[in-house]
Amino acid sequence: MTRITLTIDGETVQADEGTSLLEVARKAGADIPTLCHNEQLKPHGACRLCTVEVVKGKRTRLVASCAYPVEEGLVVRTSTVEIEKHRKLLVEMLYPTALHLAKRYGITKSRFEAERGDCNLCGLCVNYCREVAHRNVLYFEGRGIDRKVAFVPGKAQECSSCGACFELCSGGFVVTNHGTVSLNERI
Amino acid sequence: MCPQTVRNEAPSDDKRWKIINATMRRNGDDSHALIETLHSVQETFGYLDDVALSYVAKSLRTPLSRVYGVATFYHFFTLKPQGEHSCVVCTGTACHIKGAQALLSAIKGSFGVAPGETTADNKLSVISARCIGSCGLAPAVVIDGNVMGNLSPQTLVARVEREIG
Repeated sequence: MTRITLTIDGETVQADEGTSLLEVARKAGADIPTLCHNEQLKPHGACRLCTVEVVKGKRTRLVASCAYPVEEGLVVRTSTVEIEKHRKLLVEMLYPTALHLAKRYGITKSRFEAERGDCNLCGLCVNYCREVAHRNVLYFEGRGIDRKVAFVPGKAQECSSCGACFELCSGGFVVTNHGTVSLNERI
Repeated sequence: MCPQTVRNEAPSDDKRWKIINATMRRNGDDSHALIETLHSVQETFGYLDDVALSYVAKSLRTPLSRVYGVATFYHFFTLKPQGEHSCVVCTGTACHIKGAQALLSAIKGSFGVAPGETTADNKLSVISARCIGSCGLAPAVVIDGNVMGNLSPQTLVARVEREIG
């Protein structure tokens, strides 16, 4: 496997080709918050909290580090004023979910209308159900502002015997709703 | 990807399942045929029910969760039966300015249905569309596939009443 050399927060580090910036940066000691990331799952790139600054040639960009594979000669900054501002705004929009991050960024209220407190559509449960548990009970229903996590009708009782995603869910949506939602009730 | 030799049993004797099967076969009985197949079900049966979705999932060897995800994502697919007649009210910018909201509230007042709903007697489904491309006719409505423009709430209600008899 090819080794790749890049710079993270001023330090030169080496990493295997194909690893994500997030993984390498965390190993190098950077404290990058995440919400939708889980090492067992493929990058989802939904929460954007892992955003870092990448300098490539003359261009500087903000990218989601969880879904960005390392590149030779890349210069990465994991915490700048701009990045922290970006993360703080995201955490504010997530409020009242992800309270541990709200605490970290000193957010006690949100300028945005509060949505449900038990689900922020991080997708951990849906992706875990598909990729690791291989049960395919959960899916994203609808799109845009109507998007929500839903259970395939008739399969939700499987959750009682699996429940592997329960501890991944920070808001408790899956725990409280499995077995209670059916297609007929929705329509 | 190996070709499927034994086809799953259709959920009922309904001849319309043959149309669905043909669509799936034409697309190689594979998961990438999902949207095409759902289109076929929607056009043949008028809506997607649990039975049809399970059958499609099984036949295309795709998780049911994925089928539900796709079916709920696109506005074209409906999971409940549609009424005999459809009334698509354009709520695009031009129609909005020319009073599309008044048309919608007139329909709500006369027939008691909001966009996305169907009357209890299954006669009329009301849908709102973002722009039907007939801005010159604003406010425009499509009744059973026929575009009608320059509508006032009164003429629209009269026209819909005539259609549904």
